[in-house]
Amino acid sequence: MGAIYIDPAVKRAAINRDECVECYACYQGMSQEHLNPTFVRTIRRIFQMMRVRFDPEPDVCPTAAFEPDELTWPRLVRRAFSDPRVPHESTGVEGRGTEEVKTNDVTGRVNVGEVGFTIEFGRPGIGVRMREIEEMCRALAAAGVSFERKNPITTLMTDIAAGTLREEILNEKVLSAIVEIKTQVERTEEIIRLVHEVEKRINTVVAIGVGTRCDADGEERVVAPILERLGYRLERAKTNIGLGRASNQAAPSVAEEVVNR
Amino acid sequence: MTNTLHRFGDAASFRDDYVVFAIPSRGNNDQDSVPKLRRFLEMAVPFRPVNLGDARHGGALRPSRSMNPTAHWNRETQPDFAAVIAGLNAPTTAAAVFDNRPAAEDFVKAVVAADLGLSVNISTAIDGAEQCCDTAGICRHSVGYSLGFEGKTEYLPGSDVLQISTMCGHGMVSASLAKKMIDWVKEGRRTPEQAVTYLQRFCSCGVFNPSRACRILEQARTGTR
Repeated sequence: MGAIYIDPAVKRAAINRDECVECYACYQGMSQEHLNPTFVRTIRRIFQMMRVRFDPEPDVCPTAAFEPDELTWPRLVRRAFSDPRVPHESTGVEGRGTEEVKTNDVTGRVNVGEVGFTIEFGRPGIGVRMREIEEMCRALAAAGVSFERKNPITTLMTDIAAGTLREEILNEKVLSAIVEIKTQVERTEEIIRLVHEVEKRINTVVAIGVGTRCDADGEERVVAPILERLGYRLERAKTNIGLGRASNQAAPSVAEEVVNR
Repeated sequence: MTNTLHRFGDAASFRDDYVVFAIPSRGNNDQDSVPKLRRFLEMAVPFRPVNLGDARHGGALRPSRSMNPTAHWNRETQPDFAAVIAGLNAPTTAAAVFDNRPAAEDFVKAVVAADLGLSVNISTAIDGAEQCCDTAGICRHSVGYSLGFEGKTEYLPGSDVLQISTMCGHGMVSASLAKKMIDWVKEGRRTPEQAVTYLQRFCSCGVFNPSRACRILEQARTGTR
């Protein structure tokens, strides 16, 4: 995000709190020494005066300077969507909080003849405001698609039919977030064109994932040709190899959402 | 774990990138999943993965909370697979990363034979995953295609940086650090192997591929992009 900078007035590191997405990478990702800050600054100044470049390990904070803030609502949303170590309360899943087709062999989330879209905002490393996500959600809702219920963004909607998010979170910035929808295969092109249209109005990057079921012989001959016709070169995919099965004692959940046309 | 889906690069650039991961489905098969996830990771070790990890605790090379200043000269840079396996203590995603197809194929074959009952996914080039399935004698169940990055792509960094930073799809490996490491390698301040260890420690789920990152840094050393 580039939210951390040296404030020239005080010659200390500062954090732009409006840009900070609370990913905790500075706190969790950096190794820490616990050296005396005055000592460290003095050494650095001496080196600087002598025009000597100090060459320390770049991922080490010598003074363990970062301390996490106590976050309150609605800023809590930032961490929930930006720090992958924290499971989303709504789904219990870490990362961006959704299983999507990764567990499709168990959940049947996307069935034959259906296509699941993961529309991810702010990735990689750009970030996104919730109001920009809402703009896409409204457009998708107007098109009559169904939002995946077990998805953190869906749980933050005040009106799923209209695609509106909670008012108080709209200005919050997160590292990335996924809107997850499902529709019939025949609507694939229409949805992609709709997403393209909304992309022009929002100020971030979007990564689209398209999930679908393979044939009984493991081939996928329906969605890939549509995507290639739209100009996409399909290079990478995540392939669920179908080894999962329900084994919990309680009754297994099944895909609950209704697919609208 | 869409964090492995949108890695930047063409199919050829994934020739040394195979992420195989197991994931329990919440409410469906998570109750007894911890020993199965551990077993999944244990089974990967003989096939010489380049990284192992779980989504709660991180990969095989992790940051330290209490470093001694002498560590700048003799820091631990070897992956600790045993710590990853022992540390997995809750239902989560467990991942093994390989830098060659034969190893990934053999591992997938072993996972199929073990019949753990967890969902297992392969994230790599589409052909690479198909070949793994063919070798293991199984059919693909579902597939999730990456359509790449769209929208305000002018905000994105250059392709070398993107290839490195997108190996942590959660965004924990910053583009700025990736750029800095490319520059340091070019300036001879660090070797690609050293630079990769700094990047790898930020990845919080252990899917960063140090082998591929090393290759990209080595290419960038003399590249002109």
